[in-house]
Amino acid sequence: MRVVLTGRAIKAGHASAMALFSPEPIGFYGGVDPDSGIVVERGHPLEGQCIAGKVLVFPRGKGSTVGSYIIYRLKRRNLAPAAMVLAECEPIVALGAIMAEIPTVDKVRIEAIPTGSFVTVCGEEVIIE
Amino acid sequence: MATELALTEEERAMLAGAEGPGVRRALEMVVALARIYGARRLVPIASAQVSGVSYANIGEAGLEFLEQWARDGARARVSAYLNPAGMDLESWAEMGLPEGFARQQLAVVEAYRRLGVQLSLTCAPYFSAPPSLGQHLAWAESSAVCYANSLLGARTNREGGPGALAAAIVGRTGCYGLHLEENRLPTELYLVRAQLKTGADWGALGAIVGRAARGVPWLAFGPGALPARLEQVQEGLRLFGAAAAALGSVALFHAEGLTAEASAGLVKAPAAAPKPIESLDEAYSLLDGQTERLDLVALGCPHASLGQLRAVAEFMAGRRARVRTWVATSRQVAEEAQRLGLAGKLQEAGIRLVRDTCVVVSPLELLGIRAVATDSAKAAFYLRSQQGVQVRFGSTERCLEASIRGRWQ
Repeated sequence: MRVVLTGRAIKAGHASAMALFSPEPIGFYGGVDPDSGIVVERGHPLEGQCIAGKVLVFPRGKGSTVGSYIIYRLKRRNLAPAAMVLAECEPIVALGAIMAEIPTVDKVRIEAIPTGSFVTVCGEEVIIE
Repeated sequence: MATELALTEEERAMLAGAEGPGVRRALEMVVALARIYGARRLVPIASAQVSGVSYANIGEAGLEFLEQWARDGARARVSAYLNPAGMDLESWAEMGLPEGFARQQLAVVEAYRRLGVQLSLTCAPYFSAPPSLGQHLAWAESSAVCYANSLLGARTNREGGPGALAAAIVGRTGCYGLHLEENRLPTELYLVRAQLKTGADWGALGAIVGRAARGVPWLAFGPGALPARLEQVQEGLRLFGAAAAALGSVALFHAEGLTAEASAGLVKAPAAAPKPIESLDEAYSLLDGQTERLDLVALGCPHASLGQLRAVAEFMAGRRARVRTWVATSRQVAEEAQRLGLAGKLQEAGIRLVRDTCVVVSPLELLGIRAVATDSAKAAFYLRSQQGVQVRFGSTERCLEASIRGRWQ
C-alpha cells in the first residue's frame, strides 16, 4: 500500500531509503557519535543503531544548539541520514538540515512511518511504500 | 498553514541562488527559522552579534562548517560583531593554554574574519557601537541581547550562533517575537525593596527575577533601593540583565523611568499585582559556595566597562593581588584603558587585563583552575553548572580583598 503524507519542507530535496523510527526526540550533540553515526545516548530507543543512509523519523530535536554542526559533520563523513521526517522541527535540526543539505520535512504524522518501511521524501511530501 | 511568510522579489532571487550558494544557504536558514516562529515577513537589521566562537564549544564540526561557508562566498552585509573566544588571541600562552587548542581557536576566528565578521570578540559591543531605539538587530549573546532590548530599546530576539551569522549574511531576520511591539509590553511587576549597594547586589536581583519571570518584567524601586549616582544605576541594570538572562531566559525588561522604552513613555507599568523583593539572600545562598582556597579571581562578566576598570585600579592602588586575577574586557575598552594609564596600574597591582575571552567560555580545566571568586552572578552560575568549579560570589571589593589576602574570608 502506498501512503502519501504532506508536511512542510524545512529543506526541500529528494531522497529514498529505509525508515528508522524513533518515538523519542534526538539530541545530536552528545547523543549521536559524529565519527560513526551511531546513537550513543544511554537508554535512548535507538541506542546502538546507525542513522547513516536512513530516513530518520523522530518527533523533534533536543539538547545543545551545537547539534546543528554535528549534523553537518555527519554529512561530510557520509554518515548522515538520507532524509529526516519530524513531527515538529525546532531550530537545531532545521539549521543542521540546511547546513548539511539533507531533505527534511516536518508537520507529518510520524507514527504512520514504521522502521523498515521504504520511504521517499520529495519536497513537502513523504511517500511510504 | 496558519501564517504564510511573504518574501520580496530580491529575497526570492537570493533563494534561487542569484547571489551564490553561501547567500542562498544563509537565507534558507533565516527563512526556516522565520517559518518555525510564524513570522509573516523578514525585517532588515542594523547589525548582528554572533556567538559560537569558543573552539571548546563548537568543536571541529563547527570549524568545518564555517570554513566551507566562507569558501562558498558568504560575507556579512551588515555590521557583525563576534562574541568572545576561548582565549586572548595574543597572550594565550601567558594564560597557560596549550598550543593545540590555540591553533584550532585561531582557525575558528580566521573563518569568521573571512565571513566578514568584525573580530570584536566581546559580549559588550554596545560600548563602542550602541544601537538606537527601535532598530532591528540579530544578536545572539544573552546579556548583549538583554542590554540592547532593555537599556537601548533596540529590537532583537535571542538568536542562535548560526542563525545570527545567517542574518548578518543576508542583512535580515524573521519579524517575530521581540521585533513586534505587542511582545515587548511588560507583563509582570516586581517591586524592589532590597537595597542595591554593589554590582553583585544587582546581579543577585537579576538571578531572583530571572528565575521567577515568565514574561517581560517591569521593575519598580522602593525608597532607598537605588544607588545615588546614575552611572551606578546604569551599570547595575547591565549586570541585572546579564544575570536575569543567564539564570532565566529574560531577553527584555523595563525599569520605571530608567530603561529606554519606559523613559520614552512607550511602555507603562503592567496592571499585574506587584511581587515584592525584600531581600537578596536567596540569590547569594544559591550562587555563593564554600571554598576559601582560590585559583582565580575573575572580574568582567559581562565585559568590564571603563568605569569598572577605573574602580578596580583605584581599589588596588598600592596593593597587590596574590591570587591569579583577571579582568575581562573588549579590545576597544582595553585600548582606552591603556591610553588612560589604567592598564599600567592594573599590571602594577598584579592584575591581568584579559581581552577577547571570558571565564565562562575559556577552557578552565586545561588551566587547572578549580576554585574561582567572581563578582558576576552570571559567571557564578555558569562556572558551577558548565565548568564544574567551586565558586565564591560577592562584590568586586570583596573579590579583590580575597585576591590580596590570598583566600576568601
